[in-house]
Amino acid sequence: MRSIVLYLHMHQPWRLKHYNIFSVDHDHDYWTEKDWYAGTNNERIFKKVADKSYRPMLARLEKCINTYEGFKFSLSITGTFLDQAEQWAPDVIDTLKRLVKSGRVEIVAETYYHSLAFFYDREEFEAQVKLHQDRIYELFGVRSKVYRNTELSYNNELARWADGYGFKGVLAEGWDKILEWRSPNFVYRPEGCKNIKLLMKNYRLSDDVAFRFSDKHWKEWPLTVDKYIQWLEAATLRGPLINLFMDFETFGENIWEDTGIFEFFEHLVYRWDRDKDNNFLTVSEACDSAEPTAEISMPWTVTWADTERDLSAWLGNSMQHEAMKAIYDIKSEVLATGDETLIEDWRRLQTSDHPYYMCTKYFNDGDVHAYFSPYDSPYDAFLYYMNSLRDMRGRLEGVTKPKRSKK
Amino acid sequence: MLGWELPPHNSGGLGVACLNLSKSLANMGADIDFVVPYEAEHNLEYMKVISAMRLDPLIRYGGAYESKEIEVKKFHKTDTKQTVSIRDIQKTYCEFIHKYLMQYKPDVVHAHDWLTYEAGILAKKHFGIPLVAHVHATEFDRGGADGGNPLIHQIEYEGLIWADKIIAVSQATKNIIVERYGIPPSKIDVAYNGWTMPDEEYHYDGSSYQYLEGLKKKGYTIVSTVGRFTLQKGLFHLMRAAARAISIHPKMVFLFAGDGEQKEQLMRMSADLGISQNVIFTGFIRGKQLRDIYSISDVFVMSSVSEPFGLTALEAAHHGNALIVTKQSGVGEVLHSIVRYDFWDEDKLAGALVNIAESPALVNSLRDGIKHEYARISWDDVAKKCVEVYDEVRKHKRNRF
Repeated sequence: MRSIVLYLHMHQPWRLKHYNIFSVDHDHDYWTEKDWYAGTNNERIFKKVADKSYRPMLARLEKCINTYEGFKFSLSITGTFLDQAEQWAPDVIDTLKRLVKSGRVEIVAETYYHSLAFFYDREEFEAQVKLHQDRIYELFGVRSKVYRNTELSYNNELARWADGYGFKGVLAEGWDKILEWRSPNFVYRPEGCKNIKLLMKNYRLSDDVAFRFSDKHWKEWPLTVDKYIQWLEAATLRGPLINLFMDFETFGENIWEDTGIFEFFEHLVYRWDRDKDNNFLTVSEACDSAEPTAEISMPWTVTWADTERDLSAWLGNSMQHEAMKAIYDIKSEVLATGDETLIEDWRRLQTSDHPYYMCTKYFNDGDVHAYFSPYDSPYDAFLYYMNSLRDMRGRLEGVTKPKRSKK
Repeated sequence: MLGWELPPHNSGGLGVACLNLSKSLANMGADIDFVVPYEAEHNLEYMKVISAMRLDPLIRYGGAYESKEIEVKKFHKTDTKQTVSIRDIQKTYCEFIHKYLMQYKPDVVHAHDWLTYEAGILAKKHFGIPLVAHVHATEFDRGGADGGNPLIHQIEYEGLIWADKIIAVSQATKNIIVERYGIPPSKIDVAYNGWTMPDEEYHYDGSSYQYLEGLKKKGYTIVSTVGRFTLQKGLFHLMRAAARAISIHPKMVFLFAGDGEQKEQLMRMSADLGISQNVIFTGFIRGKQLRDIYSISDVFVMSSVSEPFGLTALEAAHHGNALIVTKQSGVGEVLHSIVRYDFWDEDKLAGALVNIAESPALVNSLRDGIKHEYARISWDDVAKKCVEVYDEVRKHKRNRF
């Protein structure tokens, strides 16, 4: 049997507005950008992406679920996404509910806030995983059995943690430096773990769709379903599972509708489903489909980002380190307040997108536009972030001490 | 090449730019005659510097900016006229160019700034030599948005019209040429100024500003700005932002290095804002004292309302400053590891100052990042661009005219 394991990731961060130093101590709303057209207007961006990607792609996915009995896939949806969708596109949540109810769409676990907490504070990390699990149960009535960490960041320690937590599987990038001669198309066992299984992204075939599909300079452009199916079938000679992991927004937002990406997807599902030797599996089913072929060890952290496949886009410079240290430093004070708004603001600031906006590594390649950011520069991102932290520290003092008199 | 100054007889960035550009061009095989309007020894092995007239280097700017005539010191070498204005000097310069072109036929005439455009037009109009106009600054930069000297505007405009091709030192400058003079964008190429490591040895010994060294030890952040105190530099905004920043982070000192017509106003302003304790005016300085300013300061602010390029920012970066530069400054277009703001956005400037003062990580990121950037900006790249432009306009040359 040849299996496509399709897994799509849905996320939206809470972007910080242009929060200047003079807002500190009197404006505690970091998230509501008044200027509708600003790059930091969360509502506008969510609604735009909902129209371009979430709604049309979910409609296709639902159509495929209803048309092809064998079609299945997996989704990870961050808490920050769900909170924004509830406010600005509740119909998207309704569609997701129907999909999960079909029993053929599996929800993958992760941190509620798409954070890097695993690398900073294990207690806070576990709290966020639990918050996410509870939210998913509340909305969809299911509990996730497979874990993915933010940006598919993964190392041996994470696998051991997920094993101990009771997950049946964990997802990671199928990076050559780890796999070496081995194929990503098998079920593996993370080193030193008893029960958990490891599924590794087939990044070549995933990126053919997610990055190269619309690239007219690519020698394989245009990518037809015929051609892609041939590649998929050829790949299965090296193991039965084709792990296609990608951002949900690939469809419609990163790659626009006019490239034919939606038609490509629908037709691919139709063609794959038509062949009796083929099927689709959710990530749990893929874990159950076979015993581990071998052990895999990842002593250092691997992610699905950039050619380096590491965390350097998030934690590569001193600003990013300082910002992250500063946010985790105030944990106990923040939690001790019991103030829900304050805790929520603090956690939203942990979202990995914030340090990502402070990334400067591309300056060296001169490829300034390689990283999307709603801010003019990484330094601006840092300025607004640190200003909001200043305000947060002021709020903490206000809780314990009488309010300072302001001029 | 038609220029107005070369170091050491320079008053600013124009001479530095002309010298470095010529050097790189000569290395690429260009044969350059560089005409200046004064008489001085230059002794450059890579190009011939030609004096258009017998004039002391000190008075070549005549009364351009005061629009009045000045006394000529009676050097025995100087031309016989008793008084000269810049218009007289330009006229003599043109007469010389006319004589020169009767004898020589260069492939291209490359004219730097409005001062030499009339001579450039002459070469184009009467001798059919292709003209490249290099814009280091426009009168709109010098005089503020709507001001400036109408005569200079006129000369600038005619030079740009007659030129076969225009080289602007930044996109910002190109935009001004397009928007204010109505020149088609396709006629203008952008070539950012380069950067050359200073040749002479320089060591910072902390002797010039011991008071500031003392403040630094007490944890003060030193912020500096260097330039003429004129409208173009946007210093009132900087002063108000300084007051706002100090209200949040008092351990900050602002060094205003330079001189100009706004000096007294700025001093009064610092008193009115209640921050005169934190503001230091150095007066006009050069040489080691100027270098020491860059060495002692932590942050350099270029607050210009309109700055075609801004070499001082590169100088400051070379001495390890974190840079805050307005979006209206050309140098900001080639640097990434800087904080940029709109010249009127005092809040953002103040916020950046406070954050830099309070966050070692931000200072280090800016400092380390800029090191990789300013040194990469090379005069050879500017020269390459010029050669491309020369090749393009050479075919316009007419031998029979």
